[in-house]
Amino acid sequence: MWAAPSRWGWLNLLTPKGLFAHDTYNKLFTMHGIIMVFFFLVPSIPATLGNFLVPPMVGARDLAFPRINLLSWYIYIVGGIFAITAIVRGGVDTGWTFYAPFSSTYSNTHVILAAIGVFVSGFSSILTGLNFIVTVHKMRAPGMTWSRLPLFVWAHYATSLIQVLGTPVIAITIVLLGMERVLHAGIFDPALGGDPILFQHLFWFYSHPAVYIMILPGMGVISEIVACFSRKSIFGYGFVAFSSVAIAVLGFLVWGHHLFVAGQSMYASMVFSFISFLVAVPSAIKVFNWTATMYRGSVSYDTPMLYAFGFIGLFTIGGLTGLFLATMAVDVHVTDTYFVIAHFHYVMVGGMVMAYLGGVHFWFPKITGRLYPEGWAKFAALVVFVGFNLTFFPQFVLGYLGMPRRYAAYADEFQILNVMSTAGASILGVGYLIPMIYLAWAWRYGPKSPQNPWGAKGLEWEQSPTPPPTFNFDVPPVMNEPAYNYSGEEKEVEIGR
Amino acid sequence: MTHQVVPVRAYVAVFLALIILTITTVVVSRIELGEYNFIVAITIAVIKAVLVILFFMHVKQSSSMTKLFVGAGFFWMAILLVFILSDYFSRGWLPGATWWRS
Repeated sequence: MWAAPSRWGWLNLLTPKGLFAHDTYNKLFTMHGIIMVFFFLVPSIPATLGNFLVPPMVGARDLAFPRINLLSWYIYIVGGIFAITAIVRGGVDTGWTFYAPFSSTYSNTHVILAAIGVFVSGFSSILTGLNFIVTVHKMRAPGMTWSRLPLFVWAHYATSLIQVLGTPVIAITIVLLGMERVLHAGIFDPALGGDPILFQHLFWFYSHPAVYIMILPGMGVISEIVACFSRKSIFGYGFVAFSSVAIAVLGFLVWGHHLFVAGQSMYASMVFSFISFLVAVPSAIKVFNWTATMYRGSVSYDTPMLYAFGFIGLFTIGGLTGLFLATMAVDVHVTDTYFVIAHFHYVMVGGMVMAYLGGVHFWFPKITGRLYPEGWAKFAALVVFVGFNLTFFPQFVLGYLGMPRRYAAYADEFQILNVMSTAGASILGVGYLIPMIYLAWAWRYGPKSPQNPWGAKGLEWEQSPTPPPTFNFDVPPVMNEPAYNYSGEEKEVEIGR
Repeated sequence: MTHQVVPVRAYVAVFLALIILTITTVVVSRIELGEYNFIVAITIAVIKAVLVILFFMHVKQSSSMTKLFVGAGFFWMAILLVFILSDYFSRGWLPGATWWRS
């Protein structure tokens, strides 16, 4: 539903002159960005699969602070109400990045309402992260050592570190923006004595690591799926686990690559460029280790695994084109073009949404106790993959040819590629609609699922009954084997029990 | 988990220190020290924050893990400041003509 503004946006770009008034188009892409980044991608996996699965995966009855967990839900709703109010009352036209001084001085739209929505929802994110960190440290079952934690939990732990350390900075930045807009304090607007590049520094200090808030949980999902459907323990478990933390830490040191053409010092840009290349290393470690896990594994092609294949391929394209953008000279050519749009949609949609759908299908039997129709699910996964590539691959070409982002109209020669993109978006929309229908159906009418339909490893699959009761386990479980023990290593003998 | 009992006089001492430092901030602000006014004010503010964190927020008696997380918070703030300042300080380094001033 929230992706809808983007659909309207693509519809607009069907013709070179555009179908909507230009300021309407500005508001559409702004709301698309704000809703999708702050209200979908950031909370999607942690707030749904994470909240449900982290406790049973570590062998706990619940998260460390259940009431804080509920509070984070209420806060999210309040933030969402502010954002929706901004839409209903006429929208915002600043882009999801709220760049000053346009947002703080010149825009006549509902910047403050939308900014309050983002500010408030940030606290929801912080509380979720706090809860996961304390749960992982304090609530692990006997035998669940750090080296046996599921990689889904490692990924959520790394995500939580970013949420707790980074989100306060975007909150402060929004407060400063509000002070300038309402009180005319000179912080970002040069006319008031401020510096607009300071806004970009503060904004991207959070918003670049936020990319990793969005993708790391997805990587955790893929690790679980690849191990299960290859019937092998993860190749290089330690490397995959620590690469999550490495991404979380390095991710905080690269934000300046968003400022290469903004007037940032060339020397600072060189440092940010170099570190941006470094962050590709832990990402590549994951991709290589997933591939090595599949090598000579007993690979099966169930729906979650199809999404995992999609993730690995599309994330790799998204990640590698990120290196193009981290190269200062190339970035000058493609900055603020559709190349950038294609790049981050390959990571966010081709990566994160694929992982989300894979995870939803993988754990659907555990969460609902029902099975979904496998044939429809495989068909939908295929439609999503085709629709996605048809939507976004032409945008790499468009961007490289020079079509700028955030314009309601474009030159005639770009029309064929834009029509392909709009057609792909329609197919993608159908691809998302099909799972919505059959999953809703299966939740009520699907055949009953056995406790562990995939034969997967992990405490969440050993837990019974399915779906789990409120407090997961009656008796605290004991972890007495390595993580992903698909090779069937001997379980430890429990002494004294 | 056991909690160490902090004597009341320790809280009183910290409270008095905070009051004295606040008064010092106000007094110093009325003396013309040029750019040092700012440095003094920030230094006092940092000392006050450290006192509050260590004593009122009980970090002094907390586990090493809690101290690590508190330290990480400040370290991350340092990352933010150092990298932003690295941009501001190095903007004028480029020798000769530049694209915006040729």
